[in-house]
Amino acid sequence: MPWTRRHLLTIEELSVEEIHQIHATASAFKKILGRSVKKVPALRGKTIVNLFLEPSTRTRMAFDMAAKRLSADVISLDGNSSSTTKGETLRDTAQNIEALQADMIVIRHSAAGSPLYLSNILGIPVINAGDGAHEHPTQGLLDTFTMREHLGSLKGRKVVILGDILFSRVARSNIHALTKLGANVTIVGPSTLVPGWFNALGVTVSHDLRSALADAEVVMLLRIQHERQTSGMFPSLGEYTSLFGLNKTRAGWLDPKAIIMHPGPINRGVEIDSELADGNRSVILEQVTNGIAIRMAVLYLCAGGQPEQVVSTE
Amino acid sequence: MPSLWISNARIIDPAGKRDEVGDLFMANGRIVSSLSAADKKKAKKIDATGLVACPGLVDIHVHLREPGQTHKETIETGARAAAAGGFTSVVCMPNTAPVADTAGTIQQIKDSIARTACIKIYPTGCITVGMKGQALAPIGSLKRAGVIAITDDGDCVQSNELMRRACEYARMFDLPIMDHCQDHSMTVGAVMNEGTVSTRLGLRGWPNAAEDLIVARNAILSEYTGAHIHLQHISSKFSVEIIRRAKKRGVRITAEATPHHIALTDEALGTYDTNFKMNPPLRTEEDRLEIIAGLRDGTLDILATDHAPHTDYEKDKEFDYAPNGILGLETALAVSLDVLVRQNKFKLAYVIDLLTRRPAQIVKLDAGTLAAGAAADVCLFDPEEKWVYDAKAGFSKSSNSPWHGQTLRGRVKTTIVDGRVVFADGRITR
Repeated sequence: MPWTRRHLLTIEELSVEEIHQIHATASAFKKILGRSVKKVPALRGKTIVNLFLEPSTRTRMAFDMAAKRLSADVISLDGNSSSTTKGETLRDTAQNIEALQADMIVIRHSAAGSPLYLSNILGIPVINAGDGAHEHPTQGLLDTFTMREHLGSLKGRKVVILGDILFSRVARSNIHALTKLGANVTIVGPSTLVPGWFNALGVTVSHDLRSALADAEVVMLLRIQHERQTSGMFPSLGEYTSLFGLNKTRAGWLDPKAIIMHPGPINRGVEIDSELADGNRSVILEQVTNGIAIRMAVLYLCAGGQPEQVVSTE
Repeated sequence: MPSLWISNARIIDPAGKRDEVGDLFMANGRIVSSLSAADKKKAKKIDATGLVACPGLVDIHVHLREPGQTHKETIETGARAAAAGGFTSVVCMPNTAPVADTAGTIQQIKDSIARTACIKIYPTGCITVGMKGQALAPIGSLKRAGVIAITDDGDCVQSNELMRRACEYARMFDLPIMDHCQDHSMTVGAVMNEGTVSTRLGLRGWPNAAEDLIVARNAILSEYTGAHIHLQHISSKFSVEIIRRAKKRGVRITAEATPHHIALTDEALGTYDTNFKMNPPLRTEEDRLEIIAGLRDGTLDILATDHAPHTDYEKDKEFDYAPNGILGLETALAVSLDVLVRQNKFKLAYVIDLLTRRPAQIVKLDAGTLAAGAAADVCLFDPEEKWVYDAKAGFSKSSNSPWHGQTLRGRVKTTIVDGRVVFADGRITR
């Protein structure tokens, strides 16, 4: 089946086949990353604009890196330096970027739905690099890619997502990706941050860490944001850690071969003990590296490339 | 002014318990029981075969944006939209710029109404100074200047103590207090109903409980003070149950539902279309059905549109940043006929009652009846005609409607105010 999608807005709208195509393409690009010359000419002459209206380190660097590995020209704009601070609307900013002859736009925005909004306005591909608490599709793709590298097929595998689910776009994109790939997903954390509404997304909602972690093959931690505490979502970081922090004892409840994941940035000593974050079951830095390959795949495919052509572009 | 003779209409006048095919006569701006043979000869005759003639519709909840936000709507354009929708009396909210919290601003609004409006418009004043919820507005002066109710609509008085005093004070003038029921502390940053859909879309949720709490608060304060509190745009299932119970107890509250809350649910927000963003938000199917049940058993007294114009460029934004509110005046009748009469088998006369006599009663307007001697405010509509609603070609200055481009069934043909045709065949005639 040829790749036909021009925008990557959500994982929710992707078919299983499309997820496989992205993973396969990323796999081919990952081989290139291991070479001494890490560049292919696939997007030579194309200009990609990274419009990051919300702060980001990892995602932005990975998109930057991915575009450069594909030989595209990259321009990055952030919220502080763009005209949005002067009151320019997103529509006007984006239309100007298109008028400047950009070939693709990667957007990170605090408002859910803004990538979809842009895709309805612009004639160029729009890639969602995270929209509010909605989705972060490339993160969900790179996380499931990493899981598959370790576990093979995810069908019937138990995956636990632990932490601040309510406001997490990473959680939502992973939930969609994992349920499409057939995994059994449990989300766990304090009841204020893991509300029952999520049942409708086809996951098990839990507030009991022990039963949630039992025999899990993957545990994915989400960053606990300090400001949640002041807004009354839970009493203190200390209490969070004592109830839901991942430590060595609790990691013992997992399947012996389980991997530990985190999209970053990590709060060491809050959601995860340092020794686990740095331990041999942690794949946190692999996630970062895979993030480049996944974004190369997404940029390449949405620019009109086909999965099977990756090799010939080398 | 020529006399008017509407012939062969299905005349529905809930106030007079009338539903029959016949003729309706108007002279000197009043409904009359008959015209003399000589007057009939000179009368302007409107053949209303196949049409319903009912009292001009009454909407006690509209935003006309004047003064200060006349890029969205003006009293003139809002009145035209109302006329096109069959409304002959509307009550405008005071959240203008400046807000209507002084007699001077009320006078300004009344002057503009007298100068520019083709229908009857009645102003409301604020409950609190600047609509800030901190100190009582000069309610007595507002009453003297002509307001028919007080409200901080768009906002909600959070202090129970201040609301209690507002109730006690307004009761002295027998002014109804209209309240937009929302606990602000529970809705910080909220842009849609809290539930499975907001969870999926990653949008901040506005829980039913934030409405239910204030509805209950208002029932309690109304009982305690004896003031008449009118609960605006009820959207939550439990709120309906609270109101039902309070009314059984004899509490002096009334309540309204909007056409959008009986027609739509939060499932409509899947594409982040800001023309479905309003406050209170669209809720779930369960809520929608309970609101319809509340209208059926009289728990909810009336329909009101919460007509809230915003320009295209204000609505054309990220969902989080777009303002709340949608148009309602030009679509209310067709949507209500569809949902209540066709889908839920309400009697047509009952739905007309929800849109005429009852809302007039709540704010004690001399409107909503076709009794002889009453003001000749009449709406003629074809309950079956299908038409495509083009919000951009509508009479409102704005076009923010969820029904834009849709085929609606039930169309206003003629609107008459004080015996004068103000809207006919798709045109404003006055």
